[in-house]
Amino acid sequence: MDFISILSIFVLACFVGYYVVWSVTPALHTPLMAVTNAISSVIIVGALIAAATAGVPQAKWIGLVAVALASVNIFGGFAVTERMLAMYKKKERKG
Amino acid sequence: MHEVADVPVWVPLAYLIAGVCFILALRGLSSPESSRRGNRFGMIGMAIAVVTTLVTHEIGSLVEILIAIAIGGAIGFIIARRIAMTAMPQLVAAFHSLVGMAAVLVGAAAFLNPDAFGILGPDGEILDVSRVEMGLGVAIGAITFSGSVIAFLKLNGNMSGKPIILPLRHVINLGTLAVILGLIGYFTTDQSAWVFWTVTALSFLIGFLLIIPIGGADMPVVVSMLNSYSGWAAAAMGFTLQNTAMIITGALVGSSGAILSYIMCRAMNRSFISVISGGFGGETAIAGPAGASDRPWKRGSAEDAAFLMKQAEQVIIVPGYGMAVAQAQHALREMADMLKEEGVTVKYAIHPVAGRMPGHMNVLLAEASVPYDEVFELEDINSEFARSDVAFVIGANDVTNPSAKTDKSSPIYGMPVLDVEKAKTVLFVKRSMGGAGYAGVENELFFRDNTMMLLADAKKMVEDIVKSLG
Repeated sequence: MDFISILSIFVLACFVGYYVVWSVTPALHTPLMAVTNAISSVIIVGALIAAATAGVPQAKWIGLVAVALASVNIFGGFAVTERMLAMYKKKERKG
Repeated sequence: MHEVADVPVWVPLAYLIAGVCFILALRGLSSPESSRRGNRFGMIGMAIAVVTTLVTHEIGSLVEILIAIAIGGAIGFIIARRIAMTAMPQLVAAFHSLVGMAAVLVGAAAFLNPDAFGILGPDGEILDVSRVEMGLGVAIGAITFSGSVIAFLKLNGNMSGKPIILPLRHVINLGTLAVILGLIGYFTTDQSAWVFWTVTALSFLIGFLLIIPIGGADMPVVVSMLNSYSGWAAAAMGFTLQNTAMIITGALVGSSGAILSYIMCRAMNRSFISVISGGFGGETAIAGPAGASDRPWKRGSAEDAAFLMKQAEQVIIVPGYGMAVAQAQHALREMADMLKEEGVTVKYAIHPVAGRMPGHMNVLLAEASVPYDEVFELEDINSEFARSDVAFVIGANDVTNPSAKTDKSSPIYGMPVLDVEKAKTVLFVKRSMGGAGYAGVENELFFRDNTMMLLADAKKMVEDIVKSLG
């Protein structure tokens, strides 16, 4: 892909993000931060590529550390979001 | 030799699907009903991205990778299960720091082994455009890391929430930023290791310098700003890898943090520039006008409060960070249940900057099983105070201060506040008369005729009220 195509994807995604995030209800802003935190760990893709390739040992070890750090975030971020969202209920108890 | 030139067509498609899943994950948060489905979409997207990467690369070290994922995953999972909901802001800050560090490490790995990332030009050097992307990615990642570490230490109480103001800090910060950008530019002409590592080191330093002058009251803005940075770091790495999942995610996360920062700034009537240039809101109160605290005020007891609320038709509860610190949310819900049994209408009013991150109060109330349709935002409930018998303010100071509307000399002048003083009676739960809120201003409300101060630990006071109601 050439740079302009990638840039187009990026710019369009910024607009999508803008509209989608505005539609998030303020009551869910904390779960929003937790879940965006988890998904920004998609950086693990880069870490996996670094960890997978032999050749430069330092790069591989750095990659493995990055894989571990991103994994903390992926599992932690989704789990804590799940835990918070499970608490949001409509009135289930009689006053 | 690498796959970038000859990837099968399904690979970019899979990454695109992962990106779409992430969009759906955020989209789901538009209402509590669809939010859990949204979170599942996020997990599916992440699984697709990871599996696609693993199956399309020659994995020489699959076992090590699986061990790294297992160790990291187990740590993350255990932390997520154990963390107290009141500690959510510092947890999010800590998680941001990890994304930042991961971005730095990925950038470093790409620099050390560019061939693996498919960014080598025909001349055996890293492509110019990739050098800029890597430089920016590493810089943003490093700023996110050190900034988040400071935010974590401040939120967790390991470091004072007081702003640390260095002389000439704007000159130092702008100068350092200029040097970083200059070096990234120079990196395109000279691919030396020293340039790369200097950019990294200076970026760690600037992240630290940018956050130390910011005071506790501005932490919600800082946390969402760092959220934004972690997104841009991921996007920059996505450019390097030409990976659509990373670019879409980075843009989503980047916009998300930017929008939340904007909402927080608007809720405090402060400009983003004045927040990031720092200094507002330490934990030490600036003494109010001399003798102000000698003014008469009324003290009430738990019994008085119970009596007043029992007689009321409508009570609006205003929770703030003080409630979170005292962990009073469960007792509060119990109190509300008892009032509802007496036929009282109970509503909750939440100011957008209550707590230490956007929406933090909502989570704490949800934890105590408060139904979310009893919880209202400032603009939806402000007109209701005039029709209410009691406003029950618990640990919320600055966001209820009427002088924000009238006193031009007040540091919080112009900030939208909850109109609690319009209720017939204001019950104000506070530990003691000493000590002002985070903004360091005394609350005019304490001395109003219709205000009754309930001086005690928030949780203890609410429990006493519950006893009196029973």
